[in-house]
Amino acid sequence: MFRRWKTWALLLGTVAVLASLGGLTTAAQGKTAGPKAVTLTWWHNATADPGKSYWAKVASDYHKLHPDVTVNSVPIQNETLQNTKIPLALQSNDPPDVFQQWGGGVLGTQVRAGKVADITKYVKPWIKLLGGAVAGWQYQGKQYGIPYNLGVVGFWYNKALFKQAGIAAPPKTWNDLFTDIAKLKTAGVTPIAIGSKDRWPDAFYWDYLAVRVCSKTTLQQSAITYNFSDPCWTKAGTLTQQLLNDKPFQNGFLATPAQQGAGSSAGLIGNGKAAMELQGHWDEGVMNGLTPNQKGLGSNLGWFPFPSIPGGKGVPGAALGGGDGYSCSWKAPEPQCADFLKYLVSVPVQKGWAKLNIGLPTAKGSESALGDPILRAVAKARSASPFVQTYLDIAYSSTVGQALDSAIADMFAGQKNPQQVVQAIAKSAKSSH
Amino acid sequence: MSSPSTSLRTAGRRSLRPADSARRRRRLELAFFIVPALVFYLALVLYPILQAVHYSLFNWSGLGTLSDFVGIGNYRDAFNDPEFTGAIKHNFILVGLSLVVQFPIALGVALLLNRPFRGRRAARIVFFAPYVLSEAITAVIWLLILQPDGLVDRGFQSVGLGGAVQLWLADLNLVLFTMFVVITWKYVGFGIILLLAGLQGIPQELHEAAAIDGAKSWTMVRYITLPLLGPTIRIWGFLSIIGSLQLFDLVWIMTQGGPAEASNTMATYMFNNGFVRYEFGYGSAVAVILFIISFALALIYQRFVLRRDTRGALTRMAG
Repeated sequence: MFRRWKTWALLLGTVAVLASLGGLTTAAQGKTAGPKAVTLTWWHNATADPGKSYWAKVASDYHKLHPDVTVNSVPIQNETLQNTKIPLALQSNDPPDVFQQWGGGVLGTQVRAGKVADITKYVKPWIKLLGGAVAGWQYQGKQYGIPYNLGVVGFWYNKALFKQAGIAAPPKTWNDLFTDIAKLKTAGVTPIAIGSKDRWPDAFYWDYLAVRVCSKTTLQQSAITYNFSDPCWTKAGTLTQQLLNDKPFQNGFLATPAQQGAGSSAGLIGNGKAAMELQGHWDEGVMNGLTPNQKGLGSNLGWFPFPSIPGGKGVPGAALGGGDGYSCSWKAPEPQCADFLKYLVSVPVQKGWAKLNIGLPTAKGSESALGDPILRAVAKARSASPFVQTYLDIAYSSTVGQALDSAIADMFAGQKNPQQVVQAIAKSAKSSH
Repeated sequence: MSSPSTSLRTAGRRSLRPADSARRRRRLELAFFIVPALVFYLALVLYPILQAVHYSLFNWSGLGTLSDFVGIGNYRDAFNDPEFTGAIKHNFILVGLSLVVQFPIALGVALLLNRPFRGRRAARIVFFAPYVLSEAITAVIWLLILQPDGLVDRGFQSVGLGGAVQLWLADLNLVLFTMFVVITWKYVGFGIILLLAGLQGIPQELHEAAAIDGAKSWTMVRYITLPLLGPTIRIWGFLSIIGSLQLFDLVWIMTQGGPAEASNTMATYMFNNGFVRYEFGYGSAVAVILFIISFALALIYQRFVLRRDTRGALTRMAG
């Protein structure tokens, strides 16, 4: 008995020694950060150039201006960042100080859990510079993040292929779209490319149709009450189904990714293999990167807003959109972090970023720096929209948002009808709210 | 009375001392080698499993405190979700296919590679190479190969079988079998190497003796190779079953479980519902179910299939 006890004591002793060694290393690490010098760890999704180098430059520039603040720029692949890295890090004791924030329902979840810093009082003096764009990064009237990029979804199209099919001007109404699809098919051109493997591109159609046929109140209330009883939701599905029945998409679209490789939907447009794609404002940068010369379609690329639906209850000219922003985590040194966000959306930094043509800056007066005429047109469309509805999968809580994307993807695969889509969304809302 | 006992004791003590210190040293060695492994096992395996069980009883977004206790509600929801039961079905289809299809291929190639012929070394490398690639790289390569108008489609067209071209990853009825082909491509090399190692252990004399008795090569395979390869085959089966149940990387990168959940596995379902939807309580429940299914199968397999191997080894050792 005694001997056995001794063995156990030995085991425990070793455990204790190992544990204390672990403790010592953490203590040593804690000491290196002095009381005055602050390091901000910044997680963002710019894993490719030019965005990656630009953010690295911004980080070092900020350090030059504020020698006591070191900004550590960490690029992380977008989906990994959004789906695993951020949720896990926020739950841990070592979250990044500044992190990519898409706003909407996920921001609400993070705020309710106390993981995001309320920066309202720091941003008050200058937030007007960003205009209405900041609404998506608020929760119950308080500011929890700052957008640096806000765009709207629309159709990117190949002017040469449209001309080849005898289409003089991009479609204005839903019926025009069908006429043009028929013309493109006759000309032997794939009318629309879509990245259905990623699910969210499918939802763009359904979302946009909902923006066209549902009233503004119905849309805005849905993110609060999660009530989907209005018949306009089913109508959005019926119209989506109408498009699906017309078979405008490329062969095997269910397995096509949106943004990876020349075979992705962006790659198909960039390489002239399909005529148009409903995508976000970032699409030009993506498709250019997927072409051999990195230049894409050049002057053959055009953009037009989502067609109107005569008789729809939606606000005419309303757009579906969203953007990227940054939040400070609960562990971040608040004044320094908020000041860094201020620097990120200051006009000179936003102008420099706008020059890269990878997004639409939010700071007023920086749009002029957009070198690309199409992006300037998208920026103009954004400013002209009376109302920008955030992508529904972002506007809703992540549970409902993902259920929505998934149900719509099922419809694209022929596995759900418009009623079943609404039922699936309502069911997930009911079980999680 | 007393003198013999004292002498015995002294004698004993004299001989005990080195034995005692040896025993102590052995214990020290044991502690030295076992404790670090034990600490890691407890902290990184057992503790997370228990934690997952704990989380699975709550409705939890992954952030904030565990407060919304739902008991077995998450488990009930999982089994009521046709997407999850579908995912379980897909896993078991893959288990079945792996055992039935991969084994004959692996055995055939292993038998072939066990014979001396020119270029054998190169052939071995070719068959084993896919196993060395990471699942992520395999997935990306196959995505390119399988995309419409990709290498596979062109291959079919070049031999005049253009009509056989399918939407390999976009067809709901086909996608799971496409995934199985990729899995086979990646893992059959591992089976071959295992079986080859087993074949090397079979004494050549048995074959020679059988040959003298006039046995044909199939008879030798049936009565010498297969029985003696038994332990290797059974271990391969075990690894194959567990691997098929836990399949994630390949599927996630190639299809994300789609289209319309047609290629979902338990693991991709878990990731989708846990991480992507921020339902960590529910995701944990799914993880626990996946763990229990794998664990139960492993135990059953050990009890009924692998036990023969251990018993054989032990009796042989005793005899």
